[in-house]
Amino acid sequence: MALEVSVDADKCMGSGNCSFWAPGAFDLNDDGVAEVVDLDAVPEEKILLAAQGCPTQAITVTRDGQRLAP
Amino acid sequence: MRTITVVGASLAGLRAAEALRQKGFDGTITVVGAESRLPYDRPPLSKQVLAGEWGVDRVQLRDEERYGELDLDLRLGVRATGLDVAASTVALADGTTVLFDGLVIATGASPRVLPGMPDMPGLFTLRTLDDAIGLSDAVGRPGCRVVVVGAGFIGSEVAATCHRRGATVTVLEALPVPLARVLGGEMGKVCGQLHVDEGVDLRCGVGVAAVEGDERVERVVLSDGRKIDADVVVVGVGVSPATAWLDGSGLALRDGVLCDDRCFAAGSAGRIVAAGDVARWHNPWLGADMRVEHWTNAAEQGDHAAKNLLAGPDAAEPYAPVPFFWSDQYDVKIQYVGHSAPDDEIALVHGSPADRKFVVLYGRDGRLTGALAFSRPRQLMTYRRLLAEGASWETALAQEVG
Repeated sequence: MALEVSVDADKCMGSGNCSFWAPGAFDLNDDGVAEVVDLDAVPEEKILLAAQGCPTQAITVTRDGQRLAP
Repeated sequence: MRTITVVGASLAGLRAAEALRQKGFDGTITVVGAESRLPYDRPPLSKQVLAGEWGVDRVQLRDEERYGELDLDLRLGVRATGLDVAASTVALADGTTVLFDGLVIATGASPRVLPGMPDMPGLFTLRTLDDAIGLSDAVGRPGCRVVVVGAGFIGSEVAATCHRRGATVTVLEALPVPLARVLGGEMGKVCGQLHVDEGVDLRCGVGVAAVEGDERVERVVLSDGRKIDADVVVVGVGVSPATAWLDGSGLALRDGVLCDDRCFAAGSAGRIVAAGDVARWHNPWLGADMRVEHWTNAAEQGDHAAKNLLAGPDAAEPYAPVPFFWSDQYDVKIQYVGHSAPDDEIALVHGSPADRKFVVLYGRDGRLTGALAFSRPRQLMTYRRLLAEGASWETALAQEVG
């Protein structure tokens, strides 16, 4: 079962931590808000690291309905 | 390892506990915290909490459900008072001891205070949620006059938030230019100008001789003899790593718990790691020992150090991050990545300081050493990657960031 990842744009503060830890999976748009780009770009552990490393807990990761992060 | 104890129940400690479970550790994890609250997030304290916009619930790092999943032995509201490495025990302020096979030290740092200053109502430092709530209540009174001592990042955020709340704010900075030791003189001036432009009274090159008042703060006496009336004084002159409880433990303490490049405390035989504000470790990225007092490092090092503890010294991996921090002041998001020296060369590569939107690079000896951005997070990310790769100054200058 693949990971399901969402970014709450209202919570995102543009730290860029997610795009740094999981480059290719996340990127910042022109407004400095994180977006999901391609979850297959990095290993799952990096996606989790990115979500746990979000300063505002804006990234939610679930698998099969179970929340893995934050 | 069957029992791992984490001393410090803030971001680094929480992330350590999470990392242990993520790696499949199913033994006992005891987390000791001096504060009685569940782990909470500190960056909002000088911003949304001080502004009165966010309550206690909003700053919780994890919800109750998550703690259930993590299955932690939480010992909150009790301070660690000592470490016996040979006996593998941590002594707590309530007289009990905790036995450990592995230990994570994540006790953070404590705000410095002004020497000889009496503790009196109206005089604040800002580190804990209780500090922030108390300060927020005080600043919310109509016509409040606030003096902030120290124009570092915390002091500047406090000044910005108090100003936005309608307080009359004066910022005192001992150095001729704020933040010069971190960002260099030129960029320090740009940061200081934010206060001036917003109508905050920034006074540089002045020290504080005394804080006076009968029953509470009434005025600040400057080193040049002048006086500023004040209802609230916030001291933001930096922090010291919280290592007093480790005195006599045999661990090497040098402005922090001295660690190797894998976050193992020196002389701990691979059983003790340190993470966050309290840890001074050898950062291979920099090629030097360093201690970092910022959110991203606490999060990342807590995770990394705990995984190394579990893996053991032979399998542990070096911790080589590029330091990164941010500060929100007025409408500006300041972000910095790297580790530059105050006299490094600088180059403006994007935007303009006058617009409060720009990126400036720092370089030395042909290498990129740092990057500073005002409200340009996406552009800064390019340089964060270049810094991680050890890019040359020339490569950095040639980079297109749009």
